[in-house]
Amino acid sequence: MSTGTDTDPGAGTGTSSAATGGGTGTSASASAYEAKFRVWRGDADGGELKDFAVEVNDGEVVLDIIHRLQATQAADLAVRWNCKAGKCGSCSAEINGRPRLMCMTRMSVFSREETITVTPLRAFPVIRDLVTDVSFNYTKAREVPSFVPPPGVAAGEYRMQQVDVDRSQEFRKCIECFLCQDTCHVVRDHEENKAAFAGPRFLMRVAELDMHPLDAAAESGLDRKKTAQDEHGLGYCNITKCCTEVCPEHIKITDNALIPLKERAVDRKYDPLVWLGNKIRRRGE
Amino acid sequence: MTQLERRQWDVVVVGAGGAGLRAAIEARERGARTAVICKSLFGKAHTVMAEGGIAASMGNVNAGDNWQVHFRDTLRGGKFLNQWRMAELHAREAPDRVWELETWGALFDRTADGRISQRNFGGHEYPRLAHVGDRTGLELIRTLQQKIVSLQQEDYEEYGDYEARLKVYQECTVTRILKSPEETGEGGTGQDGTGGRVAGVFCYERESGRFFVLEAPSVVLATGGIGKSFKVTSNSWEYTGDGHALALLAGAPLLNMEFVQFHPTGMVWPPSVKGILVTESVRGDGGVLRNSEGKRFMFDYIPDVFKEKYAESEDEGDRWYKDPDHNRRPPELLPRDEVARAINSEVKAGRGSEHGGVYLDVSTRMSPEVVRRRLPSMYHQFKELADVDITAEAMEVGPTCHYVMGGIAVDSDTAAALGVPGLYAAGEVAGGMHGSNRLGGNSLSDLLVFGRRAGLYAAEHARGAEARPVPEEAQIEAAAAEALRPFGAEGSADGPAENPYTLHQELQQTMNDLVGIIRREHEMAQALEKLAELRVRASRAVVEGHRQFNPGWHLALDLRNMLLVSECVARAALERTESRGGHTREDWPGMDRDWRRVNLHCTLTGATGPADGRIALTRRETEPVRPDLLALFDKEELVKYLAEEELHE
Amino acid sequence: MATGTQPPPASTGVRGPSRAAIAPRHLRTDRWWLAPAATAAGLLAFIVYSTWRAFANDDYYAAPYVSPFYSPCLAENCAPMRSGPNWEIFGSWWGLSPALLILIFPLGFRLTCYYYRKAYYRGFWASPPACAVAEPHAKYSGETRFPLILQNIHRYFFYAAVPVAGILTYDTVLAFRDEHYAWGHMGLGSLIFLVNIVLIWAYTLSCHSCRHIIGGRLRHFSKHPVRYRLWDWAGRLNGRHMQLAWASLISVAVSDFYVYLLASGAFDDPRFF
Repeated sequence: MSTGTDTDPGAGTGTSSAATGGGTGTSASASAYEAKFRVWRGDADGGELKDFAVEVNDGEVVLDIIHRLQATQAADLAVRWNCKAGKCGSCSAEINGRPRLMCMTRMSVFSREETITVTPLRAFPVIRDLVTDVSFNYTKAREVPSFVPPPGVAAGEYRMQQVDVDRSQEFRKCIECFLCQDTCHVVRDHEENKAAFAGPRFLMRVAELDMHPLDAAAESGLDRKKTAQDEHGLGYCNITKCCTEVCPEHIKITDNALIPLKERAVDRKYDPLVWLGNKIRRRGE
Repeated sequence: MTQLERRQWDVVVVGAGGAGLRAAIEARERGARTAVICKSLFGKAHTVMAEGGIAASMGNVNAGDNWQVHFRDTLRGGKFLNQWRMAELHAREAPDRVWELETWGALFDRTADGRISQRNFGGHEYPRLAHVGDRTGLELIRTLQQKIVSLQQEDYEEYGDYEARLKVYQECTVTRILKSPEETGEGGTGQDGTGGRVAGVFCYERESGRFFVLEAPSVVLATGGIGKSFKVTSNSWEYTGDGHALALLAGAPLLNMEFVQFHPTGMVWPPSVKGILVTESVRGDGGVLRNSEGKRFMFDYIPDVFKEKYAESEDEGDRWYKDPDHNRRPPELLPRDEVARAINSEVKAGRGSEHGGVYLDVSTRMSPEVVRRRLPSMYHQFKELADVDITAEAMEVGPTCHYVMGGIAVDSDTAAALGVPGLYAAGEVAGGMHGSNRLGGNSLSDLLVFGRRAGLYAAEHARGAEARPVPEEAQIEAAAAEALRPFGAEGSADGPAENPYTLHQELQQTMNDLVGIIRREHEMAQALEKLAELRVRASRAVVEGHRQFNPGWHLALDLRNMLLVSECVARAALERTESRGGHTREDWPGMDRDWRRVNLHCTLTGATGPADGRIALTRRETEPVRPDLLALFDKEELVKYLAEEELHE
Repeated sequence: MATGTQPPPASTGVRGPSRAAIAPRHLRTDRWWLAPAATAAGLLAFIVYSTWRAFANDDYYAAPYVSPFYSPCLAENCAPMRSGPNWEIFGSWWGLSPALLILIFPLGFRLTCYYYRKAYYRGFWASPPACAVAEPHAKYSGETRFPLILQNIHRYFFYAAVPVAGILTYDTVLAFRDEHYAWGHMGLGSLIFLVNIVLIWAYTLSCHSCRHIIGGRLRHFSKHPVRYRLWDWAGRLNGRHMQLAWASLISVAVSDFYVYLLASGAFDDPRFF
């Protein structure tokens, strides 16, 4: 183990620096050990899982280990990250096959013997190593019509009750890590559905706007309930809840956004009388 | 060299945090074709980390609030070193900037009558911070991001192209500001490009490593802070002082770079999260600080000037939470700089916690239910990252580098950088607004107020340009060569090849230990020597692999910026022989009224050898505060800050 | 998922040309197959049991208890139940088990239920078998086409499920008689019925459609405080929809089986009073 791998000792001058800073071997501290990692390395032309043996110290997360690999064994290992506190949603990857944030996956959840596999998100085109091309999500974001401000209400005159904003506020906790988009089998397993399906994150955005107490889309002739189904592919969702399972913000995407949105679409589209009327009229044409 | 891709824009905004996005929105709405360029993905900027709120004197919770009170609080917080006109504009315009966010879809927490709720915060006389739980920064960034998307949707309707008038170049880095050649032929064009007008930026795409040039008559810098030059910081990897360095290299001065805010309570363990913020509300809600001996040591650290305002016994401090009118507040609630210094002293004296911090405990005063309800994100942060249940155990905390008050010297009204026509700066990268110390909540409002102003005046400048300035070819070539250097070098006769990660770690350790919270003359002199050594070694930094998404290369390029900015901090800190706000000198512990009139400007020396100091300091006199603004303060208060002759003016 | 089940060609989904080149369909190391397997086994067991019982047309009444599978009983061939919910709406021409007439409603309710959909899409159709485990279908159109687009009629089954639950409530009241129809008695059967009806109601009212109808569709909760409160309450129940779905499924089967045991004489109802 190289000496460059020492992690922060104390607050610079603290008393603890001797304890953690001095030792370089695993024997210096009972908590340090060598973990087996398999990290996917490659690019759009191909790649493979590479094995690494790397030091792990007490309290570290997977992202720390990836950084240690960068600093000591693979200087050009590509990875996205920013805040390192689960607030920006940059370091999304798949760890032992499960979509997760690397900064929020503690090493202590794994046994010391097990090999930890880290791959890029498998629903998006790979760029290099752990970095994928997430432009699908930005494209979909543009396809959702924005908030429509209520006409005749000046800035500063907006009045909303807390109970009316609670629902949309839950969805606005989203950090756009795109783990839900990654895990959703509609696009993960079926590339061809990407054109028609906005994915959980942006269907949730439609729900957020439709539940916004002052959104004036309806008044301007935009029916979000209907377009959720017709333009954003709500019908592709078969509510198998993987989006909710992987959400690091614990947003109840399925129960609070997607299903209510489906029910709202039903209000518009599957009222049997309206439906029958439309059918008959269309036949007549 | 192959032909570089060049794109023409009216305004280029560097940075996509709160200030950058607000500037881009304004510029685009004023009709300028605007490009935003940012190092991370769109929507990931460090602004998302802000928790507390946006300070704006809307008076929704306490009708007594108004811009004058906000102005007064801001100046007190900054120890009167603020660029007063900025503080005035900030206080006046902040409410409009917040309300405007609502028309773009933001959903703040509400008051009972349906208005935006506002919360108390340190240094603010009234409840003033508009907030969304403890994720206000996320709401701000998302709202601005979605407003940009909405403008792009408009353009799509009109032109069939989302990016016709507003484009985000994400995951791209700017390494140089390009200027037009000097108009007067004499002297040629120096490598530092002084003179001339802003003509664009030189960039590379992180994904491919491809170089490109964005040509524009106006460039807005909104790149945030410098925290990554310090070892323990609450800042993200992006905070490498890029904007500061770009401005310096383009010929603009940096202002008062010695003022760096250390937040007293950051996490110290586990190592992976060291530096991450533990919000001030923890102490506000009753958290107590103890050392390894179990002592509430803050009672030993109350400075004389605060003696009357803080409790002398634990009992009194405890009573304050219930009855603030008849008791004095506990010393845990002293200003950030005092608490940070106290924690630092305890750790140095060997009374620190296991991992080199002190203990912050809420479990003794609040029931588990109350802790979980009032501090949900802190509860989860410690539970998930440190495996510490704060309802039952104490947190370990220590000071963390949080914010730089210093920055690019700008014109208060227009956000134009001094001395470089076409260059603008807003947000943390701009100096002056916060003086020597920033109040919590004032940074988000700063982003919005001056982001908008920068965008506005940048758009006007672009429109006013008769002919588009064209970047000088020599500068482009030099920039490309500079960016490629880490691939070519293999060490030289002077020494071996260097690993950029190692250099970065040594830089962080140096700044942390020698130009940290408590500063001493000999340590800063030592730091400058070390920085010179690192500069030499950085010229031999080598990266392996190729240009496609290569983090080692990116770091090697960022090192230039961090070294420049660190030198500014160290030199300015050495120069200012007093203690004020975010600058504490052990050898000069008092605040000196004469120093209040002095702004320290950092500029490039023009030295070329790597061992030579790159930064020169000049002293500039501060502009006297306008009398009607001074009149907002009591005479007795002004006496503490202003020199005799200023009082009589 | 209305289409083929042959394994996908190597060029789609996670093994598509643009994705990271990783051969396995998934890299999960946990026992991800356990949950869908258990779900499938549980649902299958219920299907087998209920099919047998629904077609049996026997042993569904043991005074005072009527099996929930046969209530209300709507044909002439129903066993006579004193004050019980048997109305001969379908007259004498119906020769099959009367359970089939009524089971269509609870069955439809559960079949289109958002939770059961998840359960059988995962358990039976492997679409997906588990999160981040590639599904074995070449094409997927979700609920966009016939027949699965019909899942959208869930709420009409909810409307139907409410009166059925009402009748089962009535049955539960009747269960507080003894075998001679005297009121004020209670046996083990009464207790089972009581538990069952509580779970049936909890499941029915925790339904996502119910939550939508009573309040979720509103834009301004602040203008409808009563419906907001109801919505909030339904939301809390809704959080346990899965547990309630299983609990009520089991309790219905247990109630029926208990009646079967009594009616077939295999067991005597222990009376409490």
